[in-house]
Parts: sequence; structure tokens; C-alpha cells
Amino acid sequence: MTRKELEAIVKRVLSGIAPEADLETLDPGTDLRESLDLDSMDFLNFLVGLREETGIEVPDVDVTRVSTLASCLDYLAARGGG
Amino acid sequence: MPRLGADMEAGTLLEWHVKPGDRVRRGDLVALVDTDKAAIEIECFEDGVVQEILVPPGTKVPVGTPLARLGTAAAAAAPQQPAAATALVPPPPSSQPTPERVAPAPAAGRVHASPLARRAAAELGVDLAQIHGHGPDGAILLADVEGAASPAAAPREAAAARAEVSIVSRPATDADRAAAMRSAIAAAMTRSNREIPHYYLGTSIDFSRAQRWLDAENAQRPVTERLLPAVLLLKAVALALREVPELNGFFRDGAFLPGEGIHVGVAISLRQGGLVAPALHDADRQSLGDLMRALADLVRRARSGGLRGSEVTDASITVTNLGDQGVESVFGVIYPPQVALVGFGRVSERAWAENGLVDARPVVGASLAADHRTSDGHRGARFLSAVDRLLQNPEEL
Repeated sequence: MTRKELEAIVKRVLSGIAPEADLETLDPGTDLRESLDLDSMDFLNFLVGLREETGIEVPDVDVTRVSTLASCLDYLAARGGG
Repeated sequence: MPRLGADMEAGTLLEWHVKPGDRVRRGDLVALVDTDKAAIEIECFEDGVVQEILVPPGTKVPVGTPLARLGTAAAAAAPQQPAAATALVPPPPSSQPTPERVAPAPAAGRVHASPLARRAAAELGVDLAQIHGHGPDGAILLADVEGAASPAAAPREAAAARAEVSIVSRPATDADRAAAMRSAIAAAMTRSNREIPHYYLGTSIDFSRAQRWLDAENAQRPVTERLLPAVLLLKAVALALREVPELNGFFRDGAFLPGEGIHVGVAISLRQGGLVAPALHDADRQSLGDLMRALADLVRRARSGGLRGSEVTDASITVTNLGDQGVESVFGVIYPPQVALVGFGRVSERAWAENGLVDARPVVGASLAADHRTSDGHRGARFLSAVDRLLQNPEEL
């Protein structure tokens, strides 16, 4: 999977959780919870969505490593998604 | 037509899930009703057989109007005795005003379809995005999905659906719905501050044992079964209410009416603004895993539509958790006619002194706003201490 494909997947999952968000203007370096106003349930649903779409499970200890779009893509790529 | 909020005078029957001849049980979802602010699934109030639908889809009727005629078991066995048939009417409209607990308007850009239509679409392999809905605001109804699945039947059914909804007057836009929700919250909160003599208590709870237990537990659980700290807090509240039951219930007709179960309302903020506080039924009797699944389901349905009538009317206390927003404490406003609201702030690391030693621990701020007509600070304090004590033994929650 290319990084572009991964990014499309991540954004698709995010748009299911925050349908009103404009993901095209999302700064890849900002905290997703803050910029998209995600609560803990939303963020857990984001992790569930990532697993459904990529097969990659983010363990609880790694949750801080997927907190921004950029770090999330790095993490998924390193875990074999890229 | 049940009353699903104090300001609800009428509701629009959007869709029947049953037809004459169908056997129904108490609690079955039988119809989808629009209250102008939300589409709510209506549950049947008793067992029986549907004899006649009295209100066709697309019709707006006042609260208290019989929706269908239901034959009881005795009537089904002896159909010559129509007197045994009972109209499917709700219990007398409760005096419990719950206007603030309404389900969301559909978010702009998303497919607006009834839950039944969604289920049917999944079963029939129909793409909802490709269908033009004939329900209110273009909502996709079951008939639209079935029409799309078998095109020959579509024109007649779609025309019928159009004819039915044409007589309905409804808010035109999401903005109208957002304004209606705002004014419903305003009415309930104004009444609360006018009528309820609140008292407030707050405490800081050491969350380190709960957090350690949660971390160890979540390390073993797949992401789909992971627990949020909120679930431990909800369960601790539910169990503490067994010890201080005068905080669980309603103030009605000048007296305290205990709740029939511990149905914990969970304040859920909606992405388009406003909030709802539907009930987690019998929260004290559910395992943490079950409670987590129920909470996830409730949040999903609160935000996408599809709350049930019992969920919007049954809550006997409300818990609001603003920890995700970063605040340390909440000074709550009670949802009348409930008599208490429990607030939690964020779990944050703070200096904590115990047995003469100071160290850094995760701590959560807990607060109680309670109705002084039905309880006193002494009992309220006992409730918060019980929540604290329960959270120190997370494995027993």
C-alpha cells in the first residue's frame, strides 16, 4: 500500500467519525482529537476503523503514536501497511 | 403516540415495522416516530397481535392518539370478543419532561435513512447513496429501498409515500432542528434552576488503582473490546446508588419517587451541537464488558439517530463526563424530574499525599449536584465516598 492509499484509508475512517470535518485542510502535524474534536469513544472507534480497513491493530500502549495524521501514517507504514 | 419530551405535542408516524396479524411482544420496536427534533424508535407496551393500524405512515397526530389496535392473547383465541382488544396506546403521558434528551438531526451530507431502511438495504444489497428518499427531508424509507430492489414496484409505492408525506408540516432544515434542540435544552434547564434547590459536593478520587487495572486489562483485549475509563466511572456510580438510593429516581407531585432500576443517563454531546442523555438500563447489573458495548452502541445511535423511546424517558440519574474536554470538575444542572447529576472531569496526574508520603498519581475530579428536597449533603457525601471506595477495587466492579 502506498502512503497515499494509506492516507485515503485513514481519512475515510475519520470522515465516518467526524462527517462535518474538512479533512483536506487537516494539518498532518496537529493532534487529531483536538483538531477534529474527537472524544475517547470517537478515538476508540477510529482505532476499530483502522483495524477493519488495514488489519492493523494498534495496541493500547501505542495509542499515543497515532495521535496525528502524520504519525499515524508513519506507524501504519512501519507496521506493514505501507 | 407517546410523549417523548415535555415540549412534544404531536409526532409524525414515519414508518411501521409491523403489520396486521403480526405477533408482538412488550419491548419490540414497532414504529419509527419523528418528534420534529428526532426520529425515535417506539417500543410496544404489551404482548399481543396487531389487529389494525390506525395511523398510516406520514401522518402527524397529537400525543395520546392510539396508533394501532392490539389484540391480547385472550382476544386472539376468541376473535369474536372485540372488547378484549386494546388500543396500542402509551402509558399515560408521563409528567417527566425530558425535552433535552432528543436525538440528533442528521449531519449534513450524510445519507438520511430510517433504521429499518438501512437494515433492508444491507440485506438486499442496495446502496443507500443511490436512492432518492421520499420521506420527510428526503429521508429514505423502507418502501424506497424495496422499490430500488424491485424497480417494478417502485413508482406506485414511491407515489404513495409522496402522497402520505405531503400532508405533513415539518421543520425544513438542520438549522431548524438545531434551534429546536437548543430551545428544548433551554426550557429544561430553566425549569431546573427555577424549581430545584441544588446543592453541590465535589471530591478528588485517586484513580491510580483503576488506571493500572484498566491498562493491564486493555493490554489483553482486542481494540474492539477495549474499555474506556468512563465505563469504570459509570459502573461505580451505579453500584454506589444501591447504597444511596435516594439519589436514583424522580421528584414528582411533591415527593420522591424511587427509580424502578438503576438506569444511568449518559450525557452525549452531538457533533452538530446540543446533547442527549439516553439511559443505560440496569447499569449496576451489567459487567464492564457489557456496559462498554452498551455505551458504544448508545453513543453511536445517539449521534446517528435511532434511540428508543424507553432510552429517552427512563434515565433515573445522569452522569456527565467532561474529562475529554480537559476540565477538572463539573458543576451540573439536574435534568428534571431527576434528583441528581454526577459529573466527572479529566483523569490527570497530580501530587497526592497518602500515609505521609507524596507522589504523583492519576486523579479524577468527581462532583454531585443533587436536589435538596429529596436528599441532604450528608447522604450526598456518602454517595461520593462510595464511588471513591468502589474505584479503589476496580477488579470488583
